[in-house]
Amino acid sequence: MIKANRLSPEQYQENFSDIHPPFETKDAAIVEANRCLFCYDAPCIKACPTSINVPKFIKQIVTDNVKGSAHTIFLSNIMGAGCSKVCPVEKLCEGSCVYNLMDEPPIPIAKLQRYSTEIAMKNKWQLFQRKETTGKKVAVIGAGPAGLSCAHMLSREGVDVTVFEKEKLGGGLMTYGIAAYKVTPQFCEDEVDYITSIGGISIKYEQELGRNITLQELREKFDAVFLGFGVGLARQLEIPGEEFEGVEDAISFIYNIRNKGFENVAVGDKVAVIGMGMTAIDAATQAKRLGAKEVTMLYRRTQEEMPCTQAELDIAKLDGCNVIWLTAPKEILGTEGKVTSLIAEVMELGEPDASGRRSPVPTDKQFILEVDMVIKAAGQMPYEYVVMKHQLENKNGKISVNNAATNLEGVFAGGDCVNGGKEVVDAVQAGKDGATSILEYIATNARMKS
Amino acid sequence: MADISSDFLGIKSPNPFWLASAPPTDKKINVLRAFEAGWGGVVWKTLGSQVKNVSSRYSAVNYGGQKVMGFNNIELISDRPLHINLREIEECIKLFPDRAMVISLMADNDRDSWHELIRKVEDTGAHGVELNFGCPHGMTERGMGAAVGQDPEIAKMVVEWVMEKATIPVITKLTPNVHSVVPTGKAVVQAGTNGLSLINTIQSVTGVDLDTLVPNPYVAGKSVFGGYCGPAVKPIALKFLTTIAQNEVTNKVPISGIGGVSTWKDAVEFMLLGASNVQVCTAAMKHGFRIVEDMCEGMINWMDDRGFKKLDDFIGKSVNNITHWEDLDINYHHIAHINQDKCVHCGLCYIACEDTSHQSINLEYGKPYNTYTIKEEECVGCNLCQLMCPVTDCITMEEHRVAPEYLNWKQFQEKGLPLNDH
Repeated sequence: MIKANRLSPEQYQENFSDIHPPFETKDAAIVEANRCLFCYDAPCIKACPTSINVPKFIKQIVTDNVKGSAHTIFLSNIMGAGCSKVCPVEKLCEGSCVYNLMDEPPIPIAKLQRYSTEIAMKNKWQLFQRKETTGKKVAVIGAGPAGLSCAHMLSREGVDVTVFEKEKLGGGLMTYGIAAYKVTPQFCEDEVDYITSIGGISIKYEQELGRNITLQELREKFDAVFLGFGVGLARQLEIPGEEFEGVEDAISFIYNIRNKGFENVAVGDKVAVIGMGMTAIDAATQAKRLGAKEVTMLYRRTQEEMPCTQAELDIAKLDGCNVIWLTAPKEILGTEGKVTSLIAEVMELGEPDASGRRSPVPTDKQFILEVDMVIKAAGQMPYEYVVMKHQLENKNGKISVNNAATNLEGVFAGGDCVNGGKEVVDAVQAGKDGATSILEYIATNARMKS
Repeated sequence: MADISSDFLGIKSPNPFWLASAPPTDKKINVLRAFEAGWGGVVWKTLGSQVKNVSSRYSAVNYGGQKVMGFNNIELISDRPLHINLREIEECIKLFPDRAMVISLMADNDRDSWHELIRKVEDTGAHGVELNFGCPHGMTERGMGAAVGQDPEIAKMVVEWVMEKATIPVITKLTPNVHSVVPTGKAVVQAGTNGLSLINTIQSVTGVDLDTLVPNPYVAGKSVFGGYCGPAVKPIALKFLTTIAQNEVTNKVPISGIGGVSTWKDAVEFMLLGASNVQVCTAAMKHGFRIVEDMCEGMINWMDDRGFKKLDDFIGKSVNNITHWEDLDINYHHIAHINQDKCVHCGLCYIACEDTSHQSINLEYGKPYNTYTIKEEECVGCNLCQLMCPVTDCITMEEHRVAPEYLNWKQFQEKGLPLNDH
């Protein structure tokens, strides 16, 4: 049965508390910071999509220069606070830490990054001085990681930025698409406020491209436009029974958890989650934490090919989620319009596909899984209709760019709407790249006019 | 099993580890705890002139997350009444007759005061005295402590007074606050001291509080230079010790080594460079008296491994391995080698060599891991990369002699051999 309010307020509190708690004391942070070898041309910097100077910011914790440490982080990644909570560091900075090669635990880079950035946010340190306004204006679509990172870099250079956001809050998938035990909505709001506190950035909420605003009017009113509207639509399974009540996509499931309050989100007794990406993990673990009795994750390939990290899979397993590899959903069965079970098909691995991973091929074996809820987390689709409507060059709905520039003059893009959906930290870098290109574009235009 | 019992000027102790004259040895309760823990002996905190101590007294230098790499103090000699100290010394000797009891002394600067003090101390049954010519703070302003040790003539005079009266062994403790400890060392040996001990603490400022802008340690808005000790001073102590162990006048008397001894390894190093035993303070102040257990066990195991049966088998064995620069063999050459199986690609060897040494390491870019190799023809064999490498035995220095024969700088010049051309 699908129902809400399965747990007591205390249980919700416990189940959704911070999964990676911060350092409790300065001493604790310094012990770890002192372990850092201060590598030269450090692997952790290279492994970070935003190239945060990790050894430097850690050294600055040791020297009691926390302000400098936070500045080092934010200079490369203005969402460094959020990234310290949501980055899959085990495959990025921490995964490349040289201590791994000594069979020693890596430096807890994320935790140290959280230490410095949290102090900076708590004290509202203004670490960046906005240059005098240039009178140039840029519109940014989407107040997610790509848009905010682009906006901040532009504002630092004296550009006046207007951000148009379709939701009521900024932060994008950070605010709406990540497990609540990683970041709280309050944190996301604080982070957006902290980023915009530099000035020169105005966010207009509930403004959606194609609904309240058009690209054409933005191109007329602004010197440049940056598209950072992300991805949103959940990929359909395209199997019979997908219309039954109890079939939900992971994005809206997670969105509701963050938006409605834990007790108001309904979850089944027996839940199947389709997919093995980060979003699938977030959906499965949170279904369990909302009180589902049994959660089973289905993935059509093997653990070798799974998109989530081992650390994420461990969270799901520790939460008691079952995992069935080499299995794809074939049909959802139901009675009276409600899900009752799922027919799953056993797969085997065939030849490598375009992604280089061996593609799953159905066998003649199948089995039935009794479930009353199916959560689809088989990836997200680009906003193809928006892209097509504006004649943006694209590949399957993903905007094509050259140094962040689209085929439309003065229109730039970056983040999930370009790459199809990667990490927050990738979007932050895309926003920086967009800002760099926009600044060059504006400067070139100014030279041509004069 | 090796025998680590020690005989220093006839003063016997079950091991060569004594607690130095300092706060840990200033009263019966501490000393009994030390003996119970297994210390071979103590040098009782300096008795003598009447003083009063201040608050605070200590400060430290921390490094790389480690507390107390160096330590300093502005405490003066014992501020407890002499008769209480003497009574307690006597009681300690009775309770632990097998341990060494040496009393540190610093009398007012006249012959009678010294004679009076020595008489009283000898009445306790103490096994020896140590003359404090080293304390670098407070007492110097009264012409005592380091003020004596810094002037060979004054030191000699005081030792002569002491030797007129003393019937038990006299050890003279030297101050390192001089460019060389040898002149004072020679003067006091010639005046008859039976043994030497060194070093006392080094004048220092451990740091300045960046909020109050007052240096450490803080006393009502002011500070004074304090005596520096702890692991940080060990290399300086070893150097001074070696000069005493090599000088033909001063090496005629036994030496008690002091200065940053924290482990059995430190102790062995002091003894290899000529100390007959060692005295410890800061390490005990940091960890308590229990550290003596591993000091004894570690030394015994090392001696067993090396085949040394008693302390005399290795005392002084490294003294002659410190020579003059001019006698070093210029034909000796070694170059670094990086074991790629052990390398963790941290780049610390590379940046040290590239920025501050001889640009002898090659960087081959990789993402995320660069590969580092030695440019053998450029390497001067300075050890810098090996010292910076965080992995044990990853960088090794491999011998590649320039020529088989020994060649020193003088011979090099005589032969008119070519200097570097780059």
